[in-house]
Amino acid sequence: MGGIGRSVTRLEDPPLLRGQGRFAADIRFPGELHMRVVRSPIAHGRILEIDTADALDSPGVVAVWTGADVAEIPPIDFRQMRIPGLGDYRQPILAQGMVRYVGEPVAIVIADSPYAAEDAAELVFADIEELDPVMTAVQSPGEFAPGLTTEAGVVRKSYGDLPAAFAAAAHVFELELGVGRHTGVPMETRGAIGYWNADLNRLEMHGASKVPHANRLAIAKMLSLPPEQFHLFEGHVGGGFGIRGEVYPEDVLACLAALRLKRPVKWIEDRKEHLLAANHSRDQLHRLRAAVDANGVVLGIEDEFFVDQGGYVRTHASTVTDLTAGMLPGPYRVPAFAATGHIRLTNKTPAGTYRAPGRYEGTFVRERLMDHVADRLGLDRVEIRRRNLIPAEQIPFRRGLDALGTEVVYDSADFAGLLAKLEAGVDLPALEATLAARRAAGEKVGLGLAYFVEKSGLGPFDDVIITIAATGAVEIVTGAASVGQGVETVMAQVAASVLGVAHTDCTVVHGQTDRIARGMGAFASRVTVMTGAAVTMAAEKLKERLLAKAAQLLQGDRASITLDGCGIPLGELAAACAADDGTPALTAEASFTTDHMTYPYGVHLAVVRVDAETFGMVVERFVVAFDVGRSVNPMLVEGQIHGGAAQGIGGALFEEFIYSEDGQPLSASFADYLMPTLNEVPMVESLVLEDAPSPINPLGVKGAGEGGITAAGAAIASAIENAIQYRINIAQLPVTPARLRSMLQQASGS
Amino acid sequence: MSEPKVTVCCTVNGQKVEADVVPRMSLADMLREELHLTGTHLGCEHGVCGACTIIVNGAPVRSCLMFGIQAEGAEIRTVEGLADGDTLSPLQRAFWEKHGLQCGFCTPGFLMLATWMLEQPEPVTEERLRHVLSSNLCRCTGYTNIVRAVTAAAKEMGKWAESAAA
Ligand code: FES
Ligand code: FES
Repeated sequence: MGGIGRSVTRLEDPPLLRGQGRFAADIRFPGELHMRVVRSPIAHGRILEIDTADALDSPGVVAVWTGADVAEIPPIDFRQMRIPGLGDYRQPILAQGMVRYVGEPVAIVIADSPYAAEDAAELVFADIEELDPVMTAVQSPGEFAPGLTTEAGVVRKSYGDLPAAFAAAAHVFELELGVGRHTGVPMETRGAIGYWNADLNRLEMHGASKVPHANRLAIAKMLSLPPEQFHLFEGHVGGGFGIRGEVYPEDVLACLAALRLKRPVKWIEDRKEHLLAANHSRDQLHRLRAAVDANGVVLGIEDEFFVDQGGYVRTHASTVTDLTAGMLPGPYRVPAFAATGHIRLTNKTPAGTYRAPGRYEGTFVRERLMDHVADRLGLDRVEIRRRNLIPAEQIPFRRGLDALGTEVVYDSADFAGLLAKLEAGVDLPALEATLAARRAAGEKVGLGLAYFVEKSGLGPFDDVIITIAATGAVEIVTGAASVGQGVETVMAQVAASVLGVAHTDCTVVHGQTDRIARGMGAFASRVTVMTGAAVTMAAEKLKERLLAKAAQLLQGDRASITLDGCGIPLGELAAACAADDGTPALTAEASFTTDHMTYPYGVHLAVVRVDAETFGMVVERFVVAFDVGRSVNPMLVEGQIHGGAAQGIGGALFEEFIYSEDGQPLSASFADYLMPTLNEVPMVESLVLEDAPSPINPLGVKGAGEGGITAAGAAIASAIENAIQYRINIAQLPVTPARLRSMLQQASGS
Repeated sequence: MSEPKVTVCCTVNGQKVEADVVPRMSLADMLREELHLTGTHLGCEHGVCGACTIIVNGAPVRSCLMFGIQAEGAEIRTVEGLADGDTLSPLQRAFWEKHGLQCGFCTPGFLMLATWMLEQPEPVTEERLRHVLSSNLCRCTGYTNIVRAVTAAAKEMGKWAESAAA
């Protein structure tokens, strides 16, 4: 029947396989206009003048607007994790007097074809007086604006007695570790279509994703529209990964233009714009001190880190910094901890979240520390982890920290058990022996592993409305969103499990703000947990109604009746209930609320070979052991792991936004920003466990969206060191061939 | 807009079509905007990602790198032509069964590239599959299930050969 636990094929796929998807660029309205954004070519400067005369004369042009034309629109506000002081660093939709990164929107051209708009955009000339750019987060802060430094905020979190930990330490480690600037880069670039719907007297934005309800309120406020007069519509979405679907300047501009011109205005980003203008992520530098006892047990960690926020603070506010600090201790006991995270503005593309935000970075830092401790103390790299893991008896475990405004409590876990299962699953001793033999024969090949704890299922709520028609068709309406991960199939499976119908009889409506009043969207691996719980609750309510009705009709005993055994078709029962209610169809609503997140966890294991001549690195094997509590659809969970792993490999070895000293981006095309192809990604192996179901939601599920990526950088760095037998310390991702070569040269020179 | 237009006649998925295009319009834009075949996607418009891959005169082509007017007289196949009515091609079905797509944005390009590969006389080995398909980018699947899907389709179609090595 396609209920929970079955690897059914996806409901989403047939139109996508036939080329019938409706992605943003596929949406067309009659009489539509096209918007092109003119972007700053300068990293930091003062705008002296913007000459739009030639662009206005260009064929097909309808309007050209600069900052002055949109000065009344407030800057883009934060969606979550606002902390005091960040407000002054928000981004205006078009530059107001200053430019702060290459790619910042300074003007827009609206014309009757995309080609005409692009031609005219070339004719807009912005005269900009160049200022010195700030290009690192670690240098001493500069001036953002009069009276404001480039340090926008500091996040501090701590627990335990750190001085006592250092006083008791047998060893103190000091490390400096960094993760490069990279980001989600979905295959579909961003797009937004503003549409003035005259019939309904409302503004619409098509091409929405991720958080349509939140963005509805945010954009309506910016445009001074009552929310009732503004709706968002999500079509197919070509990948999200955290970066798509936040409110960006271009979304607001397309909506504003449609509102002012009362015509459809379409904006489709090109790839270069995407790499210059959509959120970057990562790019942190950590300075870490750790107190360790004689047995390799970590007694305390003190971490000061610097987050390269880029030109403005965008919708995520302090989210990444907060998560980095709140999740850094991971699966280890670490009795004392203090983290200080500096949010520093620079003259690069603004940054936000990317799959496993703060955890990819924090896991790299913590797991590198574990490797260092093991190496210094002459311990095995697996053994050091075993010694530090939180024992199963201490679960649920209060971490003593908060993250995303919730207390971090590991709700269920068997950390040592998962590690043991992975060791057995890959036959670790045999694998290590094989690799040792290959090394003895002259190959540079090695193995690394790294532990991670993820978080998922962020509240505070999710609402669901389920309707059963007289035909027996089930419709599930949710305020969640889909970014291509299979939400429709999963929610249909959850409802089907309760109602005893085929999942193919269920349709799922998401991302439409006119269908449900509120919704939280899709981020932080929350949908399966939160929406899944709400679907279960609403379906249970319906089931109760249906069973009572069946008992009444059959004059039977309610307790002994089942839905599929009662002999009355579901639609007929539903119609009878609806008749009682005086409604066209039987409907139930439910809301699941929670104050806590649920914490999946796992281990990544990588086998990496280094080419002795080119220093090229090949990931031969990549294994992810991941406890997700319970899999609704194991095939889709594995798909999430595969995709995350490939992105994790990208961030470990290839992907990096590089800038020249004067702030020019050098990675503005797919020829320069290198994403892994099939050549660089092995067949990802996954060991999905259900040993620790979550006790805090009705399904026991934990989100599976991010655990494929989290420890990839840490595991690969460890494997490379193992391959070349620990002659270097990898302290920075990505490990490019050039970096590896210079590290090895330095090591042999000294 | 007074840019002169040129009429292009070609065959798309077996149908004779005509489009009036400006000479600088890419073939991808011609398919999408003039012929309303939006299954061909644009992921980079500079020839790297392969999302726009179609088959032109029997060869896989990045339609973002070709002008519409260069397609005069050509036989073009796009993702919209793969299924036979309601019946998906074996490759489309394999992508569905093996979960070879997530967001589905890269999928048309992979389907066209793999369709072409499966129609070539030489058998498909793992090396050849990796070599050919590594010219397209996917950001969601990590490629693992794309490999499984294409392998399954090749086996079903009798095109699979175990590698000589290994
Ligand atoms: S769009 Fe043609 S190769 Fe990327
Ligand atoms: S399925 Fe999303 S890019 Fe391939």
